[in-house]
Amino acid sequence: MANSHVAVAEQFDDMPQQQEASTLGMWTFLATEVLFFGGMFMAYIIYRNLYPHAFAAASGHTILLYGTINTGILLTSSLTMAMAVYAAQQSNQKWVVRYLLLTIFLGCCFLVIKGFEYHDDLKEHLWPGPNFKQGLPVQAQIFWVLYWAMTGLHALHVTVGLGLLSVLAWLARHGKFSEHYNTPVEVSGLYWHFVDIVWIFLYPLLYLINRY
Amino acid sequence: MNTLVDSPAILDESPLKTAEPPNYLQEGGSTLKSWLLTTDHKRIGILYLYSIIFFFLIAAVAAALMRMELITPPGDMVSSEMYNRLFTIHGVLMVWFFLIPSIPATLGNFVIPMMIGARDVSFPKLNLLSWYLFIAGGLFALGAILFGGVDTGWTFYTPFSSAYSNTHVVAMATGVFIAGFGSILTGLNFIVTIHKMRCPGLTWFRLPLFIWSLYATSIILVLATPVLAITLALMALERIWGLGIFDPKLGGDPVLFQHLFWFYSHPAVYIMILPGMAVVSETITCFSRKQIFGYHFVAFASVAIAILGFVAWGHHMFVSSQSIYAGMVFSMTSFLVSVPSAVKVFNWTMTLHRGSITFHTPMLYALGFIGLFTVGGLTGLFVATLPVDVHLTDTYFVVAHFHYIMVGGMVTAFMGGLHYWWPKISGRMYPEKLGQLAALVMYIGFNLTFFPQFIMGYLGMPRRYHAYPEEFQIYHVLSSAGASILGAAYLLPFIYLLWSLKHGKKAPANPWQATGLEWQTPSPPPQHNFRNTPVVDRGPYDYSPEKSEEEVIYGQ
Repeated sequence: MANSHVAVAEQFDDMPQQQEASTLGMWTFLATEVLFFGGMFMAYIIYRNLYPHAFAAASGHTILLYGTINTGILLTSSLTMAMAVYAAQQSNQKWVVRYLLLTIFLGCCFLVIKGFEYHDDLKEHLWPGPNFKQGLPVQAQIFWVLYWAMTGLHALHVTVGLGLLSVLAWLARHGKFSEHYNTPVEVSGLYWHFVDIVWIFLYPLLYLINRY
Repeated sequence: MNTLVDSPAILDESPLKTAEPPNYLQEGGSTLKSWLLTTDHKRIGILYLYSIIFFFLIAAVAAALMRMELITPPGDMVSSEMYNRLFTIHGVLMVWFFLIPSIPATLGNFVIPMMIGARDVSFPKLNLLSWYLFIAGGLFALGAILFGGVDTGWTFYTPFSSAYSNTHVVAMATGVFIAGFGSILTGLNFIVTIHKMRCPGLTWFRLPLFIWSLYATSIILVLATPVLAITLALMALERIWGLGIFDPKLGGDPVLFQHLFWFYSHPAVYIMILPGMAVVSETITCFSRKQIFGYHFVAFASVAIAILGFVAWGHHMFVSSQSIYAGMVFSMTSFLVSVPSAVKVFNWTMTLHRGSITFHTPMLYALGFIGLFTVGGLTGLFVATLPVDVHLTDTYFVVAHFHYIMVGGMVTAFMGGLHYWWPKISGRMYPEKLGQLAALVMYIGFNLTFFPQFIMGYLGMPRRYHAYPEEFQIYHVLSSAGASILGAAYLLPFIYLLWSLKHGKKAPANPWQATGLEWQTPSPPPQHNFRNTPVVDRGPYDYSPEKSEEEVIYGQ
């Protein structure tokens, strides 16, 4: 990225062109991401249709409390991320850093809680395989494969996002972002909201449907 | 033609030799470091060129060994296990490490920014990262091969790949996974570049058709490749940790793997042909000295192929447990894809009509492409027809069909494009007579290799067997003989192109009197492509036989 807050990379003519290109680049990347997760959502839809009872029984074992708290945390982190973008556009140096750090904190909370949840899931023998929990239909394992794969891939995306935001916070602390140059904050915000939206789909699919 | 701010005198090399500014090969140095850390799209294109030729050679050796084995009916040269590894190596390397990056990542990288009057792609560092991902993926694949190979075929079908194969499936899949992200980033870069980096006056309908085709290709790269990535990841999870999402023991469905795999791999067929069509649209117009016939139809045909290509995947699964109704729908959609493909063929043919045709090497390849692609496309209709395909599935007919598209189409177009832009890339002319000879030999060798395969496939010779009944021997001998001719025809350009780097005639800026912006700058171009940003005031292919050469060159 640019060295000072008004530098334009040499392949671009001016700042608006650079900003538009970066934003379009992130949207295109998110389109890729949608299809990346899409393969698993497709599998979920097909198997849920094939084995509705096994899936209902299996999803009864996800821990609703953890999932709900995490949903609240991630949604709030999207708010603080949006505020960070706004602060950057207003050249409000102090609050860009604060909002970014707050977003990072919430993201870390999400991962820690997810960690506790994984721990409890493992204690309950919900890892598919020979030691899988007794008393569930055999196809319940497919639900749990999807649970681990989907939440695992999502957690990986949260982790990558935390890395991105840390770099941004460091740059923001050195006053890199202002009303003239804030594209990195904006496109990272897009990514963070995407991660949030994936969770908004995962939460009902894994925790809520057919639960009661 | 494109009006340039540069004065014609600077464009023509002859008068001002001493004042010649450094080109992209000199600027920034010629050290290994300057190449490995370059962000210049032209140099990255060349890095890709060397890499894909390396993988092509390995995959070609695998093909040669298979053709040697198949000369005699018994499996006497390699074991069936070895044969399985050979066709897997050939398939994986040719598809993901040669064909998919072949035109987009080499020629596309080199000429797209120049064709649209830009200094570089939108994200040059990301462009370099794509190459490193490609190489990292390639190393995994090579590692898998060196440590004993893989025997699943390039399709990695479960449950064989996830539960039964005792070969290095995970390493190979990891290689494909990583290289896939390289492709995605290349596609992303091209999409943004084409949207945002066009020079003043270059509207969408003034874009060369090469750009339209590569744009359609990029959309497929971005939207299809991630599905392959997640599918291979799920397969690997099943293999490593027993997380059996496709495992029938848990109620999983191996056919779901096939659906997800072909959701990527059928559009990927168009990743492997649209760029070939891109090259042909450029060379046919240039060497007929004519406007393309029906510009808008050819442009939108590319987009239509990209879109329809996403809904035809099920024709690879007619004999899986897919429902007969799904089969009928996929049969219909497959027929639909042939419409825009045929539109292109007709439009190229009409472009030839009453043109001032010259048979330079790129033109010979373009004409070869049209013929071979037509045969490949028409036989595609045979295998898209549900009842016919039940008979032809897994026979050499299918092998011949897709080689007519992939090799007869894409590799031919790649060779044509490489010759067409060689003067721009290297600053040297290739030897024309040898080029024409190689193109003709390739055409003969190709048909001799693959046409007999249609016949033996129709007669029932199954693919992927190293031994076969004696009645098929004549076809296999013909095919192997053709393959040796084809091999020689591929070696010849590698030799004379390398030779021309040192000894070839120096290339002028525009040896073909072509109208594309990439020709309106010196050969080889300066690092930032143009000294002044070009301004475009008309469409591409403004060829007219009446115009004098000078007018054509300088656009006045």
